[in-house]
Amino acid sequence: MAPPSSSPPDTAPRRAGIDPKLLEILVCPVTHGPLEYDAAAGELLSRKAGLAYPIRDGIPIMLAGEARQLQDTP
Amino acid sequence: MSAPDSLLVFDRTTVRRHRERASRQWTTRNFLKDEVAGRLAERLDDVRRPFARALDLGCHGDELGRRLVARGTEWVVRADLALGFARAADGPALVADEEALPFAPASFDLVASALDLHWVNDLPGALIQIRRILRPDGLLCAALLGGASLWQLRAALTQAESEIEGGLSARVSPFADLRDAAGLLQRAGFALPVADSETIDVEYPDALALMRDLTGMGESNAIVARRRGFARRATLLRAAEIYGERFRLPSGRLAASFEVIYLHGWSPDATQPRPLRPGAARARLADALGAIEHGAGERAGPA
Repeated sequence: MAPPSSSPPDTAPRRAGIDPKLLEILVCPVTHGPLEYDAAAGELLSRKAGLAYPIRDGIPIMLAGEARQLQDTP
Repeated sequence: MSAPDSLLVFDRTTVRRHRERASRQWTTRNFLKDEVAGRLAERLDDVRRPFARALDLGCHGDELGRRLVARGTEWVVRADLALGFARAADGPALVADEEALPFAPASFDLVASALDLHWVNDLPGALIQIRRILRPDGLLCAALLGGASLWQLRAALTQAESEIEGGLSARVSPFADLRDAAGLLQRAGFALPVADSETIDVEYPDALALMRDLTGMGESNAIVARRRGFARRATLLRAAEIYGERFRLPSGRLAASFEVIYLHGWSPDATQPRPLRPGAARARLADALGAIEHGAGERAGPA
């Protein structure tokens, strides 16, 4: 899969933000625990799993294999 | 992440890669998906009930999602393993794995899925997850490819392989059998489970065109190549010949059959009809029929 930076900037303005109703029902696919929305970083954080799921063009990538490992997990 | 099984993870990675590739040239290959999505939407029209919150699981090119919107579903979330498909969806979308769904319990009134669930390694596990994300009295309505799909192609490959490679490689059918399907739904905790199937015949000019199409649909791995290694080129060419010899229609074209299995089940709820215990009837059958009941002489219970 191409890295996100290689794709042209999304032209659809509706992709600017993530649907708030979708945010309400999303959980971590690994732990089924809650997620924190980091709007600045464009990530959904699962503290329990120590993973940060990326959001690309307003689309959450809810795959553990695509998530960033959190450094400061207990 | 902790990898539970490197083989499975690799498998899903391959599935995902095929799907991303398919998303780039999808509109020329989506006829089967579009056909099945249409049939699935017609079945939903028979359910006289509005669904406020729906999930289109394995949305591909939004063929099913836009039909759900058209029939009045207020909110349709599109999920696909490939970003290429999720990005193209006209509505809220995400990338998700059917084997690890990222939704809270009781999130949806309807989970609909067209030609996607034959991809999962663990169909019973996926069904259990789907049941959990449904609200009580929520509906699963899914169509997936069944084990009788492309029997002509598999017969041709088997014959070519034994001719050229002098043996058969182990074949694992990834498809569900219809006779298993209703039982799977029931074991996953669905109420009023129904499974049925139909065959969709597609005509191709030649077998290689069919194989190219399967690759384009992102289906080649599940249908043809899910066995030890892929067939050699010579085997494929011989299989194409055999296909033409054995399965040519009077029109000169080749027949390819897809078996589509439909799954239909409800998340349990106290309001759903359920059978009464024997002897619990409050009305007499004779009254309902307007007939006169004649005793046969025996008595129920202790005499």
